[in-house]
Amino acid sequence: MTERFDAIVVGAGPAGSAAAYVMAKGGLNVLQLERGEYPGAKNVQGAILYSDALERIIPDFREDAPLERHIVEQRVWMLTDKSHIGFDYRSDEFNDPKPDRYSIIRAQFDRWFCTKVKQAGALVICDTVVKALIRDGQGKVIGVKTDREGGDILADVVILADGVNSTLARDAGFRKELDGDNTALVAKEMHFLRPEVIQNRFNIGEKEGVAFELVGTLTRGKIGMGFIYTNLESVSIGIGCMVGDFAKGGLTPYGLLDELKAHPSVKPLLAGSEMKEYSAHLIPEGGFKAIPQTYGDGWVVVGDSAGLVNSIHREGSNMAMTSGQLAAQTVIALKKEGKPCTASNLARYKAALDDSYVIKDMKKYQGMPDFLHGNRHVFTLYPELMAQAAGTMLRVDGLDKKTKEKQVTRAFRERRGLFGLVGDAIKFVRAFR
Amino acid sequence: MSKVEEKLFQNRYLLDEGNAHIRIKNPDFCKTSCAQPCTFCCPAACYVKNEEGGIDLTTDGCLECGTCRIICKDNNNLEWDYPRGGFGISFKFG
Repeated sequence: MTERFDAIVVGAGPAGSAAAYVMAKGGLNVLQLERGEYPGAKNVQGAILYSDALERIIPDFREDAPLERHIVEQRVWMLTDKSHIGFDYRSDEFNDPKPDRYSIIRAQFDRWFCTKVKQAGALVICDTVVKALIRDGQGKVIGVKTDREGGDILADVVILADGVNSTLARDAGFRKELDGDNTALVAKEMHFLRPEVIQNRFNIGEKEGVAFELVGTLTRGKIGMGFIYTNLESVSIGIGCMVGDFAKGGLTPYGLLDELKAHPSVKPLLAGSEMKEYSAHLIPEGGFKAIPQTYGDGWVVVGDSAGLVNSIHREGSNMAMTSGQLAAQTVIALKKEGKPCTASNLARYKAALDDSYVIKDMKKYQGMPDFLHGNRHVFTLYPELMAQAAGTMLRVDGLDKKTKEKQVTRAFRERRGLFGLVGDAIKFVRAFR
Repeated sequence: MSKVEEKLFQNRYLLDEGNAHIRIKNPDFCKTSCAQPCTFCCPAACYVKNEEGGIDLTTDGCLECGTCRIICKDNNNLEWDYPRGGFGISFKFG
């Protein structure tokens, strides 16, 4: 192939498709390469789609995007082995004509998004692995090497949207190998149920959905959390913990997932379901401090490949789309100005990213990974203490409430100590600031 | 059939027969110098301890997550690649 493109996008996830779509709409000659047999074939997410990021790219996406249920209720559960304490937030305002979040099924969503990319005029080729970046004598990226015969393709800029593993960026020396302490491994299953069963069981109407985030003893002291999301006719359930924590031993990823499914608060939600897929995926959770170099001579990196995930708010695909859009806008502007895609010119992409919610939010929580690594006990101790407190206070057993209060206070002090409790609170607040 | 095999049985794969995309560089190293976390971290249980104390790697059920590459990075004993274009796991839902 001797054809030369304005831009090559590696990967057809949300970041890559956002970049390819915006550039194609902007009149650029774009090639998007995907290693799966269709866009989404290799992609895994919970998955919740936040409307805002997509709406800024495709304002009328609701007309034909494969959306499952709009989320009207969020539940946060702190689990112990036998109980859960929950915080729910439900509001009829989530039934807005333009809901702000939906459950989605990524294999379907990514395929839809990529169809939009094609309609915008980009060339999309699947079944193709990009093996390496092609560089000129000065080290500038000028194209990609693929696993197809005669598969060298040239372009003015290469957008790396090849996902969390981004071996391309690693092999090119643009970033280090992932770190097990900064990367979560999620195991997930898809459980199918009839829509009416889902609606009755989760107390929701047609098209309405619920999102659960689960913390507590379910991760067995590992840094991590679980989730349950309702789709139209299925329920996504998964659990993710740090790879470095898995490596220390204990339960396997599927062992943890099976335990979660057997939890007395969770089991009835899945009763009678048919499991139709088991998946696993990594999430870059190093936060702000782990973000690699995001641009260079002839290249930019977007989405998971750049580690753009806000793990505290469970945001990632929205940041992927926004970063793809900003990268695309940068390339379009350079083209219009007749400027080459050099590192100094592509630095505009980083400036735009820094100025967006993506980096601002990641900066805000930059202390969180260190806090969690230093305080793994928060994942088990506090859920246990709170459940114990609730159990003590709510059980009617002849014991007076004053004595019960003392028992609860004593349990907190014995398990963690007064200084420990105050210290945890201070560190927690600091990490959030 | 173990429980994880039952899970993997639900998935759709396009197997690239004879072309394993992950390879153990030095199998002897696994026997002696490693705690073998791959045997309990891999979500598809692709790594199984064999009778000789080494590791048998079967990539057929691989979910292409990358976990093994990360936990083996200090030992640098894995050659990790994606399957050829179009092959490997093909998520129906993802």
